Amino acid sequence: MMKRNFVLLNEADNVFVCCKQLLVGEIASVEGIDIAMSADITVGHKIARKGILKGEKIIKYGVSIGSAIKDITLGEHVHMHNMKSDYISSHTRQSKVREE
Amino acid sequence: MKGFLRADGRKGIRNVVLVTYLVECAHHVARAIVNKGDNDNVQLIGFPGCYPNEYSLKIMEGLCTHPNVAGVLIVSLGCEGFNREQLANTIEESGRSVETLVIQKSGGTKTSIESGLERVDELLVAANKFETVPMELNELVVGTICGGSDGTSGIGANPAVGHCFDRLIEKDAICMFEETGELIGCEQIMAERAITPELGEEIMRSVAKAEQYYTHMGYGSFAPGNAEGGLSTQEEKSMGAYAKSGSSKIHGLIKPGDIPTQGGLYLMDVVPDGDPMFGFPNIVDSAEIVEMIASGCHIILFTTGRGSVVGSAISPVIKVCANPETYENMSGDMDINAGKVISGDATVQEVGNEIYDLVIEVAEGNPSKSEELGHQEFVLTYKKFEGVGPSCLPTIR
Repeated sequence: MMKRNFVLLNEADNVFVCCKQLLVGEIASVEGIDIAMSADITVGHKIARKGILKGEKIIKYGVSIGSAIKDITLGEHVHMHNMKSDYISSHTRQSKVREE
Repeated sequence: MKGFLRADGRKGIRNVVLVTYLVECAHHVARAIVNKGDNDNVQLIGFPGCYPNEYSLKIMEGLCTHPNVAGVLIVSLGCEGFNREQLANTIEESGRSVETLVIQKSGGTKTSIESGLERVDELLVAANKFETVPMELNELVVGTICGGSDGTSGIGANPAVGHCFDRLIEKDAICMFEETGELIGCEQIMAERAITPELGEEIMRSVAKAEQYYTHMGYGSFAPGNAEGGLSTQEEKSMGAYAKSGSSKIHGLIKPGDIPTQGGLYLMDVVPDGDPMFGFPNIVDSAEIVEMIASGCHIILFTTGRGSVVGSAISPVIKVCANPETYENMSGDMDINAGKVISGDATVQEVGNEIYDLVIEVAEGNPSKSEELGHQEFVLTYKKFEGVGPSCLPTIR
């Protein structure tokens, strides 16, 4: 079976989940458009399926998993640098993510 | 399938002798007894604190009278606060052999270890007297937990466990999932699956309590590895974790150590009641595993993306690995490769069926990977709970 780059979990989603590591600058087809990856995308990470405006909900599994804290372009890596929880802040080993 | 028949009618899939210390001061003696005995069926558990605590007593009683347990050696220093008399009585009343070793009355470390070794030998002889009888799936209790989750957990491993749960519940097995703090954001959809509206309200309340508790602690149930693995928020992690519960109706809300008696799906509320006290609800995955075992779980299905290696004392832990790269890297620890879903080589249902078949094999006595590798992690700390209300365990089916 051909190895997919991304998987769409629900028709309502505005993100794809990566199934195969892609390096920054690598070209991948997203919704039929060739896009250069904005960052190294490892398995399990998300990229935008469409342009998402600041304040819009990030939809995965067909439900909201948080909100965009800046405008996100098609194919861009979606993670803690451009989205946040609507419930409780996340943290990394280095620091807690500041709520905006 | 066959099980070891206990006096309360429950059946065990293992026949373990426990050595339990009741305070950290008795830990070394207990560990030396287990290590010198060198028998996988003699396992170490214990409680570190000197102050008494209702919760830890209840959990310890649940563990020592678990169907997989045949007998117990209690190791006490002598002056700690743990109610060793009540624990010994509970074990004895359950029809199991119990021995209490008090180090201060046994001449100290060396003679206590010698005496403990002799008593474990006697407990092993008594353990062999339990009859094995046929056991059905509706007598099996299975719990699930996720640990070291990443962005793949919610796609492959967790929904596959959910499918396995649906099949087990069809056979009237008891299945449980937990960690309301990792279900923040799923409360509404979860409440709609409750068998009564009142239970739905209790579920909503339990998640609201979790959110409040975790907010007070300053951290969500979210580890740095979750973020490295592509999870961005608590609710994203929650949605993935929630998939472990499958699609069955939710039959009840229990608290750690409560033992369901009817087949069906149960949510365990692991977040303490009242003002935040004693710290994080569960300091680590193993603490949650211990609570589910105290509630009767014979087997734990542990899903992981980053790659956890833990097992448990008392009940076998089956590892379901969601991430194909982690599976390749740590296959010696993983029982099931759910990474096949991500790589497009299998469907969620196919992997779920594989898990179902393995649950039966492990219940029949085949060791899981973590069990074979000797993993017997154990954590029990302080907590405080109130009992569940009447709407948490509706009797209508």
